[in-house]
Amino acid sequence: MRTPATPASAGPVQRATSGPVAGSAPAGVPPPPGKLESRLREARASGRKLVVPYLTGGLGDDWLDTLRALAAAGADAIEVGIPFSDPVMDGPTIQEASARALREGATPHSILDALRRADVDVPIAVMTYYNLVARAGHRRSASELAAAGVAGAILPDLPVDEAGPWVEAADAAGVETVLLAAPTTPDERLRTICARSRGFLYAVGVLGVTGERRELAASAREIARRCKAATDLPVLVGVGVSNAEQVREVCEVADGVVVGSALVRRLLDGAGPDGAGEFLAELRAGVDR
Amino acid sequence: MTTPPFLGGQDGGPVADAAARRGAPAGTLMGRPTAGGRFGEFGGRYVPESLVPACVELAAAFDEAWADPTFRSHLDSLLASYAGRPTPVTECHRLSEQLGVRVLMKREDLAHTGSHKINNVLGQALLAARMGKGRLVAETGAGQHGVASATAAALLGLDCVVFMGEVDVERQALNVFRMRLLGAEVRPVSSGSRTLKDAVNEALRDWVATVETTHYCIGSVMGPHPYPYMVRELQRVVGDEARGQCRALLEGRDPDVVVACIGGGSNAAGTFAGFVDTDAALVGVEAAGGAALGDGAPGVVHGMRSMFLQDEAGQILEAHSISAGLDYPGIGPEHAHLAATGRATYHAVEDAEVLDAFRLLAATEGIIPALEPAHAVAWLVRAARTGGVAPGSTVLITMSGRGDKDVAQVMEMLS
Repeated sequence: MRTPATPASAGPVQRATSGPVAGSAPAGVPPPPGKLESRLREARASGRKLVVPYLTGGLGDDWLDTLRALAAAGADAIEVGIPFSDPVMDGPTIQEASARALREGATPHSILDALRRADVDVPIAVMTYYNLVARAGHRRSASELAAAGVAGAILPDLPVDEAGPWVEAADAAGVETVLLAAPTTPDERLRTICARSRGFLYAVGVLGVTGERRELAASAREIARRCKAATDLPVLVGVGVSNAEQVREVCEVADGVVVGSALVRRLLDGAGPDGAGEFLAELRAGVDR
Repeated sequence: MTTPPFLGGQDGGPVADAAARRGAPAGTLMGRPTAGGRFGEFGGRYVPESLVPACVELAAAFDEAWADPTFRSHLDSLLASYAGRPTPVTECHRLSEQLGVRVLMKREDLAHTGSHKINNVLGQALLAARMGKGRLVAETGAGQHGVASATAAALLGLDCVVFMGEVDVERQALNVFRMRLLGAEVRPVSSGSRTLKDAVNEALRDWVATVETTHYCIGSVMGPHPYPYMVRELQRVVGDEARGQCRALLEGRDPDVVVACIGGGSNAAGTFAGFVDTDAALVGVEAAGGAALGDGAPGVVHGMRSMFLQDEAGQILEAHSISAGLDYPGIGPEHAHLAATGRATYHAVEDAEVLDAFRLLAATEGIIPALEPAHAVAWLVRAARTGGVAPGSTVLITMSGRGDKDVAQVMEMLS
């Protein structure tokens, strides 16, 4: 999906020559729920709590096997990280995983190629940084994600104010852009984020970068509560949710969780696909009855 | 929350009240950016959601402070009585004779802490205190911004943590010691290329976690809105002073060429701001190993849309320069815009030319420059010799910092 951006036509941030994007049709009429949102809503309706693991794409030769093991162990969706050279929202664990995957030759293209062969029924959302989708141009990136069978995209350095041109392209390609809400987000802004988010709402559980925390922050339950009050979208809490006990705790309020660093640390330590599946089963056991 | 959603790239028209203050018409270059922080297609605010409210708050606080005569007079008095402003413009007679052009030098190397960085940090530290934030975090490359931040923190009684790449910690050991003497905590950064880019990443990560009590004191005209605009305004004192000083020396005329070195681009932005509405040619000089405008492509990193060295996939590349302060793969968004409009031109010089210029300036003028502004001198030497600057022209060059910090490194390279 990578070619040098051509400044005027396929450039990362295309400037409309007239009228604000907010007033044009695509942003005004949200598309019908896609695969990611539909699946998560169905699962929630069945009384299930949603567990979404994060896996760094290209981390080890067997990462696709890990992806399949996570699906088999009951993941409701899977986040696949496309590693970026400068991951400012990530703590040491995911930084290390990203750096290792990049050293081993991972590129956005190689990861999408692999996902095309993944053959899992669970919806996949990629998590990456905006420059990687901006570089090739919004339309091209969105259509390449869709062609690889990717249902959603999470771009933690693309806040709602800047997201318009990307979301328009992603909506058109059928890729659901998941937006993030943070503990510092004021209520009025939270409503805007909820209205624009697709797939689910990613509630950032703690002020800080990704990484394990010994205890669940009070802010995790609080942001879950605020998000649940603001939207009917599935609300998943991520960042700082590290073990089965914390998953259980946060799911008293939230619809589900995203667990990244705790899983990735196990993978860095050599847990492999089996270890990943076992860890996911452990998290599930905390919320399944 | 006043910023409406979904305005990426097309937020409202420029409100040029900063330019208006100086008598320039609305929409003039180097006036106010748009409400979303755009300079043309560059700029913006691409940060994790956790930081957006802090950036919004900062933009409002800066606007309010900048319009408040009490804040301005407090800052002006610190700049005068503490930082040593105004800095002089020196007529470089012997260098002029050698190059066949008349060289005037704006002497930011004579400011307290040894560089122009003090102008910015005094403003931001006062603003942080005004906002009730008792802790500063800063990134630093050469250490000049780290030293300046530590200095301002000491002066105002704020806590200060400075992130610095391990490579830079090693090559700028003296500045590390200075920062610690001043009471700051220096945290070496071991990720990525272990230079300025990675120090910015780490400072951003700290800020994401501490945003409620901490002000991120960015050292250049980069980062998310309002930083590129705010830092340029805090540095425009360089250009505003120089313009008046040049007119006094040049019988009311402006220089033909105004030149400054560029890493992120703060001394150049401050200098250019004073001359953008004159006929002077504006020239920015990048390190050849970090020429974001010369070799980069549009991208979004560190909160801003600008020009970055990157590969086909969009991974950011490492810059390589003998100057830690210019070892950065990006450039401030307003410079990207000035380049796109053609109002300023940007050139790159090689390390070897920089070392020659470093020695030349020391030997002809008795001024040992920092390696960063030695880039600007190097460009001038080349341009004067190759006709890039016409013989007899008048050139203002911003000497952004003094070379004490680099002497040991240069001694090693020359031996």
